[in-house]
Amino acid sequence: MVEMNALFQTRASLLARTIILIIFSVALMVADHRWHHLDKFRHTLSNLIYPLKYVINIPAEILESTNQSLTSHEQLVKENEQLKLDQLLYQARLQKMDTLDLENQRLRKLLGTPKKTSERVLIAEIFSVDQDPYKRLISINKDRDDGAYIGQAIIDANGIMGQIIHVEAHASTVMLISDSNHAVPIQINRTGLRGTVFGTGDSSMLSLRFIPHNAEIKIGDVVSSSGLGGRFPPNYPVGVISKISRPAGETFADIEITPSAKLEQSREVLMLWHNAPTDTYGLESPTKQ
Amino acid sequence: MISRSYLAIITSLLLALMLSMLPLPDWANYARPDLLTLVLIYWVMALPMSIGVTTAFVFGLLLDVSQSTLLGHHALAMIVVIFLVQQLYQRIRVYTLVQQAMFIGILLIIKQLIVLWISGITDNAPDTSLYFLPSLAGAFIWPWLFILLRDYRRRFCQTDHH
Repeated sequence: MVEMNALFQTRASLLARTIILIIFSVALMVADHRWHHLDKFRHTLSNLIYPLKYVINIPAEILESTNQSLTSHEQLVKENEQLKLDQLLYQARLQKMDTLDLENQRLRKLLGTPKKTSERVLIAEIFSVDQDPYKRLISINKDRDDGAYIGQAIIDANGIMGQIIHVEAHASTVMLISDSNHAVPIQINRTGLRGTVFGTGDSSMLSLRFIPHNAEIKIGDVVSSSGLGGRFPPNYPVGVISKISRPAGETFADIEITPSAKLEQSREVLMLWHNAPTDTYGLESPTKQ
Repeated sequence: MISRSYLAIITSLLLALMLSMLPLPDWANYARPDLLTLVLIYWVMALPMSIGVTTAFVFGLLLDVSQSTLLGHHALAMIVVIFLVQQLYQRIRVYTLVQQAMFIGILLIIKQLIVLWISGITDNAPDTSLYFLPSLAGAFIWPWLFILLRDYRRRFCQTDHH
């Protein structure tokens, strides 16, 4: 009889505990979604996650290092030669760029609109960990101590990749531009037409929306960031228009864009400092449409 | 003091959490079974008086951090599923392994439905017929996981009977 009572008591308290925890989770979600007050709490919890992430990443790291040590001398010499050639080429281009940059600044000074000089850059490495397959998120190995902040733009050698959405312990989470919750303000290089490029969840395709049928666009147009909104620095390539269809009866054209950055292949990415805030946690998440 | 069996349980849960981040090829990632929930269901079935909704909440939050979802997103879904298991564990225990697997498949679908529902409110929810593949995969691996965890429990949690 006593045992029975104990059993019923635990059942009742179990229900109460469940309800309290459910209310608590809902409150957490609302606080996290609406006000972003929980970044510090997330940061604390991520201290527990980091060792797991680190261990999961070890096999990929070993694979890469053995790959490197197994490369033949011949191959290395060949690669070295190629890199030297590339460097020469880029250096020649940079010489011209330097003079152009100086000229540009001089002209801007004359106009009275001084341009900000070049941005600070840091290389980060991507962790080989998987996340929700329906989201396009990656994890990089830089955190607040390296200056990472929420909303920081991430690029690779070819174009814009995404932005940091969470700064954790020893790691940060980056939302790629192909995530279906992501949008980048852009302009078309040839015509200066402005618009917004949305992710589709598919990393080989982005979508340029809200462009009317009669807009001046064609396949092959290069699309780059416009810098509007202040999140991404202007004039970094986003992609190339690969398909245009103008369905009758629809207000806007369907425009597909192939991203310039290698969203699924890069192992190293670049972090850009552009409009960096003074307080890491103070920024709102920019990704809400 | 944390007893040896608690330590064994927490270790298995952390291992499951770690495996949920293991890089898989794209096709397998869409069918990745929710190991953390499965392992948690096992422990609640085996030791319903010591493992329950509070553990589900804590590990749900850790899963939220590792998956970069809203804090409380997976936690809420796991609390509901674990509550159901705690109500029904006596019944589930007497099922055969295949019956258990089917029942657990349904629990996993309930969990995914809650996760999908919250995603629908806050973000763009995925719209694909493959969405419930992880639940099917989870039901499929349950019999093997059950036997594995039973042996694990017998080795590390001897003091608890059943």
